[in-house]
Order: sequence, then C-alpha cells, then structure tokens
Amino acid sequence: MGIGTYILVSLVKIAIALAILLTAVAYTTLLERKVVGRIQNRWGPSRVGPFGIWQPLADGLKFIFKEDITPPFANKPLYMLAPIIALTTALTSIAVIPIGPWIRLGSINTPLQIADVNIGLLIILGVTSVGVYGVALAGWSSNSKYSMLGGLRASAQMVSYEIALGLSLIGVLIYTGSFSLRDIVDSQAGTWLGFIPKWNLFRGQFVAFFIYIMAAYAETNRIPFDLPEAETELVAGYHTEYSSMKFAMFFMAEYANMVTVACLASILFLGGWSGPVFGPPIVQSLLPVFWFALRVFAFMFIYIWVRGTLPRFRYDQLMAFGWKFLLPLAIANIVVTSLVVALK
Amino acid sequence: MLSLILFFIFAALCVGGAINLLVQKHPINSALSLIVVMGSLALIYLLLGAEFVAAVQVIVYAGAVMVLFVFVIMLLNAGVEERTEHASRVAMVLGVPGLIIGLSLAVWVVSHLAGLDRIAIGGPMVMNGSDVFGNPQAIGHLLFRNFLLPFEVTSVLILIAIMGAVVLARREE
Repeated sequence: MGIGTYILVSLVKIAIALAILLTAVAYTTLLERKVVGRIQNRWGPSRVGPFGIWQPLADGLKFIFKEDITPPFANKPLYMLAPIIALTTALTSIAVIPIGPWIRLGSINTPLQIADVNIGLLIILGVTSVGVYGVALAGWSSNSKYSMLGGLRASAQMVSYEIALGLSLIGVLIYTGSFSLRDIVDSQAGTWLGFIPKWNLFRGQFVAFFIYIMAAYAETNRIPFDLPEAETELVAGYHTEYSSMKFAMFFMAEYANMVTVACLASILFLGGWSGPVFGPPIVQSLLPVFWFALRVFAFMFIYIWVRGTLPRFRYDQLMAFGWKFLLPLAIANIVVTSLVVALK
Repeated sequence: MLSLILFFIFAALCVGGAINLLVQKHPINSALSLIVVMGSLALIYLLLGAEFVAAVQVIVYAGAVMVLFVFVIMLLNAGVEERTEHASRVAMVLGVPGLIIGLSLAVWVVSHLAGLDRIAIGGPMVMNGSDVFGNPQAIGHLLFRNFLLPFEVTSVLILIAIMGAVVLARREE
C-alpha cells in the first residue's frame, strides 16, 4: 500500500469512526432518557418521530440556537479552551480502539481501527489523563463558586481513580505481554471445552474487571460517583456557567468517554469482537463488528441502569473507597496474577 | 524528512512554551505553558523512537504532576504575581545569551562524549549498536534484568520520600 493510499484510507477511517462515535453519543442520550424514564415509570421523550428517535437531532438544533453566554468576570481564553480540551481528548481516544478484525476491500487490506500502535492502551490512558484539564480549567475559569468546587472535586476524583484504573489493567497486560489492543483481543481467542470463551474475565481477571468498572464510573463522573456535577449541592458543577454549544461539548465529551470506557472494557475483559461467525462472506466480515457493538451496548445499558438505580456517594466516602479499598485490591490482584503466571 | 519537519515544529513549541512559562504573569498560564512543554517533549521522544517513554511522559508529567500543580493553583486561588522594579539590565543583555551559549556548549560536549549525538531524529532506532530500545518490552527487559538493583533502590527512595511527606504534612495532636 503506497503512502497516498494509506493517507486516504486513514482519512476515510477517521471520518467513519467519528461519525459512528458521534451518532453513538447522540443516541446514548436518547437511550438514557428512555431507560431512566421507564425506570421511573414514565415514557421519556416520545414526541419527535416514532419512539422519539429524532430527539437527539432536535436537541442538537436547540443547542446551536441557544445564546452563548460568557460570564463577565471569567478568564475568557481558558473559558473557551476548556470545552475544546474536554471534547478533543474524549474523541481522540477512539483512534487506537479496534472494532473488528482485518477486512479486505478490493486490493486494500486494512484493520478496522484508525491506528494499530504498540502502546495503544498507554495512549488511551495518557489522553484521558489530559482530559482532566478540560474539567479543571472549566471550573477555575468560570469564576463561580459552584464551578470552582465542581472543578476541584472532578480533578481530585479523576486523579485518584486513574491510579486504581491503571493498576486494574496490569493483570490483563501480564497475561498478554503487549499494550496493543489488537494483541489483547487476539490473545483471548478460542474456548475451553468448546463453549466457555477464553476471555480475560474468565481467566482470573474477575476482580480486576470490577475494579475497572468502578474506577471507570468515577473517571467519567457518572452516578454513583458524579460528585463533580452533583445537582443538589453544586447546581451543575464545573459546567454551571456554560451554555449553548460549549455546554454541549462537555456533554458530548462525557458520553464519548463513556463509549470509550465501554469499548475498552469489551476489549480488555470480554474478548473484543470474538463470537460465532457464519454465513456469506459479507456477513462474516460484519458479524465481529456486531458482536463488539453488542458488548459496548450492554455496557452503556448498565451505565444507565446504574444511574437510574443508585444514589450518590458522599465525597469523603468516594475518596476513602478509591484509596483505601480499590487501590489495595488492585495491587493484591497484580500480586496474585503475577504469582499465578510465575508458578504456571 | 517528515520527521525532521515534525521535530522542528515540536522543538519550537517546546522552547516557545518554556519562554512563555517565564514571561506569563499569572501562575495558571505558566502551568499551562509547562504542560505544552511536557507534551511537546513527549512527541520529541516519540520521534526518537522511544514510544514508551513518550506515553509515560504524558501520563505522569502532563497528566498527573501538572494536574496537581493546576489543582494547587486553583485551591490557593493564586493571583497575578508582582514584578520587582529594579531588574538588572546587564543580566538581560549579557547574562541570558551567555547562559544559553554556555548551556548549549555543555549539552553538546556531554552528548558527544556519551555518544548520544549518533541517535538520529526519526532514523533507525539503534543505540550503542544494539537493537530497538524504545518499545515497552525492551525497557522492561532493561529495568528488570540489567538495572534491577538501581530500579528497586530508586523505588525505595521514592517510598521514603512519600513517607517523609506524610510525616511532615501531619498535624501535631
């Protein structure tokens, strides 16, 4: 493949990945409103189109036409920069996430992934750790007490839970011996006894999976860890002063981060796109993507389910949980996994 | 060729960020400039073929250390710094260029003696005639086989530093 074809294929893949991600983000908001609505015994949006399926478009239009207010005493450059950082970092992590095996289109043979790099997992961790600045700067630059408290809470929470999150992945890395997400999926291929899949979840990373899920909920500021935007105490937290598309950018960033977390959980613990493949060639090449999407959907659904079910933690409980429970548990998991691998 | 262009872009960004760090009056702007410096350093590491160090640079420095800097600036609500009136003009005219030239010479001599100037930007990733050195496997091998004792001693040193910080920060009861 020549350099020209390579760039063209990459650009097409970037466009497709962004379109899929943004559509997923838009429809996750609809799914959330529908599911939380049913949990609370009401219908949720139902006016725009059948079952309200055009609701995200209507919301988007409304955001565009809303007045964009900048508070008079805000630090304007940083106030503008914060939502850009938040959204950019949230969308960047999708670049290294594989959504399926290699496919062949005519003479072009390409992986279903924008870039297969050998430090893929580290890139995602790095990009999400830079995403903290979006939240922190939004809180600081708005020059409002609620935003400030929200920003402080968010940055402290994200820094604390990043450690547990990172350590929970070490067990998987010990099994795989690679940071490449494609290698991690490939290492989980196959089954035991013909029907139990060799997912990392069943290979002894059960504890790590739950540490990851809990730390990821805290990283994405979702209930039960949504202290940074606790509406009952902080109005809306770090984005209190934001309106119009700037608010929408924070909103999209939050949901894009949720999608990334769900993709990562599927890849690391649930075997990525593994699943039964059958039928004609076109179905065979698309079925893995479908199995992957199914896992991601299940994670998003659990996110929303948890949101509709659980109350919010207190801030000291949140910090104690992260540092005194999740972190030691993650370290214990690393020790046990290393012992198992070493003694095998 | 492409990597040389990228190197000049990120090197300029790095030096520009470092100068901006000194010039800015508000601490949060200085902290953000430092993040730009850290980020462009990571990309220069990447151009050198040290992808693991690049990723760790972003995660640890840009993502954790600098977040704490920004956090402290936010928490203390530090304002615009005050300038002292009598800045020495001799220091500005002679001292700064002299310092730059002296440091460049020192860096050149040291890197020449250590053989570091044989590492080409974007070139083949060879160091001291051995194989690829920047990927996680090679670094893990170096850390846990060749340099195990220094690595462990450093970890203990950092642990002692953490405990010292805890002891110093604890209130008297």
